Amino acid sequence: MDISKFTSRKFLSVAGFILAILAFLAIFPLYGSNSEVGVGVIILMYVILTVSWVMFSGSTGYMSLAVAGFFGIGQYVAAFLYPRDPGPLLPLPAVIIAGGLASFVFALVVGLVTLRLKGMYFAIFTFGFAVFLGSIMQYYELQIRGRRGINVFPISNQTAFYILIVVVVLTLLTAYLIRRSRLGLAMQSIGENEDAAAHMGVNTTMVKVMTFAISAFFMGVVGAIMAPKWQSVDYSSAFLLLYSFMPVLMAIFGGMRELYGPVIGAVIFAYTERTLRLQFPYYYMLAFGIALILIIIYLPGGLTGLVPTLKDKLGGVIARLRKGGQ
Amino acid sequence: MPILEGQDVTKYFGGLAAVSHVDFHVDQGEIVGLIGPNGAGKTTLFNLISAAFPISSGEMRFKGHKLNGLNPHQICKLGVSRTFQQTKIFTNMPVLQNVLVGAFFGTPTRVSAADAAREASQALEFVGLSAMSALPTKDLTLVNQKRTELARALATRPELLLLDELMAGLTPAEVSESMELVTRIRDKGITVFMVEHVMKAIMGICGRIMVLHHGEKIAEGTPQEIVANKKVIEIYLGEETRAGS
Repeated sequence: MDISKFTSRKFLSVAGFILAILAFLAIFPLYGSNSEVGVGVIILMYVILTVSWVMFSGSTGYMSLAVAGFFGIGQYVAAFLYPRDPGPLLPLPAVIIAGGLASFVFALVVGLVTLRLKGMYFAIFTFGFAVFLGSIMQYYELQIRGRRGINVFPISNQTAFYILIVVVVLTLLTAYLIRRSRLGLAMQSIGENEDAAAHMGVNTTMVKVMTFAISAFFMGVVGAIMAPKWQSVDYSSAFLLLYSFMPVLMAIFGGMRELYGPVIGAVIFAYTERTLRLQFPYYYMLAFGIALILIIIYLPGGLTGLVPTLKDKLGGVIARLRKGGQ
Repeated sequence: MPILEGQDVTKYFGGLAAVSHVDFHVDQGEIVGLIGPNGAGKTTLFNLISAAFPISSGEMRFKGHKLNGLNPHQICKLGVSRTFQQTKIFTNMPVLQNVLVGAFFGTPTRVSAADAAREASQALEFVGLSAMSALPTKDLTLVNQKRTELARALATRPELLLLDELMAGLTPAEVSESMELVTRIRDKGITVFMVEHVMKAIMGICGRIMVLHHGEKIAEGTPQEIVANKKVIEIYLGEETRAGS
């Protein structure tokens, strides 16, 4: 086997960088205060939601606003399988996987119905899906169960943080493998020209439904982790429509060309949102709105879209300096 | 022996019959031309064969398989590939990636990555684009975009290739090159069914020509027969002579 691929300088530096980040993340909860770890949990949550959103919508160009729906499904699975009274019915890892599977199955069904829709119609239908689930649970809680909200067996910020790190790694790995696989090529061709893709033998419906469901799996997993961390679930907080829009904004902010784009977008966006909201509760959304508009106008490739441009410019400067020095 | 047969093929758009009761056949190893004035239904017929639209009535068979009710990707896997009048290439992908899509997904059996890469580079070499395989497709000239699309279609390993105005918008020199290319495709054993407005190309390489007008087949025969056909001259070539010379 050719091992030169794994000893090249680029590979080693990327691997080293990733290991350094993981090492930092692993010891962070030991030193950070509880509220700092809490912010970390929110950031990791958004990283997973954004990367899994990009997994499907980034390459196919189908704008899904169903994130809140799948995230909420995961939360409710945790509420039913991991309740405070009478106590957990299943161990936490099983609950988390069940949350992902429930979202996966819902996405298969919804996908088969809606992925024949294109453009705006698809976006609106998926948005409606999230709203619809919220209404169903509202009816269930208020009319059938007679009590709003379900208490979930609590887990600490630290526990949630460590579980989320594992899920972040798995999500990124999945996204990376899909990008490099023939499935990724098929999705990209659908995003470029769906008709042509179909005429070249791509089973477009199957590809779209499968990837939609895979991305929903991770959204459901995060939901099932966040419910015990938040310790309760109710219809309005679980299906909060903000969760449908934030991943879209974060992905646009970070840029979707490279896998690290949505990660960077989610980290910066989630972190500044958390801190700005405390200091400037009235102005932070305004600032975000303006920042986002500026990015869409001037940086259509997002923050990471700047990287190739900067490389070109810096490369030119370095070359000139070298020339001058000789 | 016909590789593709259509009986009473009809397509309605609302009340308008875009293709009306057309019987046709394409024999193995032929280059068949499909001509007709604008709006005659030529591209619609191609869209029916490749299942871009469902057929309203009638029946089509490819090598004995009934095509009615199949999806575009199934038609492609059966061995019918096509290009488009308005090129539908994947503009933001490099040329090679475009062709790889055809190589990976166009065949009924799963293709290994190595085989797909080989098939794609062979197709690119065949159309003369090897040197440009790494370029973004949107940076190519029209003729090279059309060749990318042709290479992508060839990479699906078709037995029948539908070419929708491959020559439109090309310079006379490029038309000659493309004519030679189409002949070489036929020589590889791929049957060609082509819509074309460039008369030089149609007359030069087609063994047989079908003429559509208002969705109906009004003539069929060798290029010599078509040129001499009174109906054709009246409704189609007649216009050309008046407008052209």
